Amino acid sequence: MQTVKMVVTGPFNSGKTAFIQSVSEIDVVSTERKISTEAERIKETTTVAMDFGRITVDDDLVLYLFGTPGQKRFDFMWEILAEGMLGFVVMVDSARPETFREARGILQTFRAYAPTPYVVAANKQDLDDAWEVEDLRIALGLDSKIKMLPCVANDKGKVKSVLLELLFSILEESKE
Amino acid sequence: MALKGNLRDFNVTQLLNLINIAQKTGTLTVEGPDAISWVSFRAGKLIYAQMGNEDGSLTGILTRAGKITSKQADVIKENATEKSDQGLGLLLINAGYLSQQVILGSIQQYALDIVYQLFTWIDGLFRFDNDVLPPADAITIRMDLENIIMEGSRQTQEWELLKDEIPSLDMALTFVDRPGADIRDVQLTVEEWKVVSYINPKNTLKQIAKTNKMNDLEIRRIVYGLVQAGLVEIIRPEGMPLPPKAKKLPPVDKKQQASLVNKLIHRIRSL
Ligand SMILES: Nc1nc2c(ncn2[C@@H]2O[C@H](COP(=O)(O)OP(=O)(O)O)[C@@H](O)[C@H]2O)c(=O)[nH]1
Ligand SMILES: [Mg+2]
Repeated sequence: MQTVKMVVTGPFNSGKTAFIQSVSEIDVVSTERKISTEAERIKETTTVAMDFGRITVDDDLVLYLFGTPGQKRFDFMWEILAEGMLGFVVMVDSARPETFREARGILQTFRAYAPTPYVVAANKQDLDDAWEVEDLRIALGLDSKIKMLPCVANDKGKVKSVLLELLFSILEESKE
Repeated sequence: MALKGNLRDFNVTQLLNLINIAQKTGTLTVEGPDAISWVSFRAGKLIYAQMGNEDGSLTGILTRAGKITSKQADVIKENATEKSDQGLGLLLINAGYLSQQVILGSIQQYALDIVYQLFTWIDGLFRFDNDVLPPADAITIRMDLENIIMEGSRQTQEWELLKDEIPSLDMALTFVDRPGADIRDVQLTVEEWKVVSYINPKNTLKQIAKTNKMNDLEIRRIVYGLVQAGLVEIIRPEGMPLPPKAKKLPPVDKKQQASLVNKLIHRIRSL
């Protein structure tokens, strides 16, 4: 039995849990514990351990999706998560420019951990305040070669196409 | 869709960079601490700027620039049959009072002063409205944003921001491969040239700084300006070892991996 993993990273509240939940066959919130410091009360629960989703491919192959914990004090876990991953998705809340700089920092950190393919998901494209994908690309300082995809994390179809684009990149690389 | 936010999160340098690279046409409205400003662009070039609490009419601008006295301005305003800036400008040129260069130069300087002032705003709501342009009878100019961004960055000395943007000096630089981004078209300072002349995937920022006897702040400031102007890009230097934990993909066998990835693709498609 082989297990492979992909990591979903991005700033707090960018939609990582929602993204994984959309395609996972198990309940993602199972590893969440409620925390309740004032600063983190933007939403009911926040991920303290890690999000964890599973997609069974066949009897011999299982894909795990891991979400990175949002809080700074869990940065040490990133490295562990990054190890051996096939690739990663960077989630960005397109409607919150105050998080773009952090998203960029997270992307750079992950890229340094592992030279694996990645895509950037411009999430929450359904919101009126969402920046357009191409504006976001410039705001994040991303090259036109880097795949940036419009995303709505609770829309399964959108999540599927983000994952597929990542897999296509991984496939491309394995052909080189 | 929206291109709006607060300068705290996305500053003027970044905004102008975006407008420049995306070659945007429209008007940027910024509500600063005690004024509101409108700056218009056509295809990524600066064409017009106004500051809410100032007289930005042609006579106002010429008075400010010391090209006419305020008395003359009053006389012109009273007697001119032409009330629009364009009409008035033509009138002044035809009457031989002022040359076209003086008029356009004053308007350019006025727009630049406004934009440079914007660089000092660290808090304020901004909004970019696509395709909103200045009134048809306004006199517009056409200025490249690269130099403005460079100059603006020279004037903004935000160490914290610089450290955020360029956390590591172990990185290298490369020229951006983008149509229109030609370093030869940009006026660089001597210090910037010193950095540019060492751009090479093998040279780290640290090495470039050391060679040029620049401190961490100086090198960051220069590199930030060049990056924001869309001229250079920060890359991992050639031959830099990956961090110890970084590992290549687990299945070493490429063929085996491709087959595995194909399985995953198939499965996700079927979800
Ligand atoms: N409108 C909208 N809301 C979203 C989207 N993705 C996530 N959300 C909401 O944003 C909040 C944060 O999402 P979550 O997945 O918990 O973010 P995380 O901190 O990155 O795991 C939740 O209230 C989600 O329901 C999206 O694409 N569109
Ligand atoms: Mg979460």
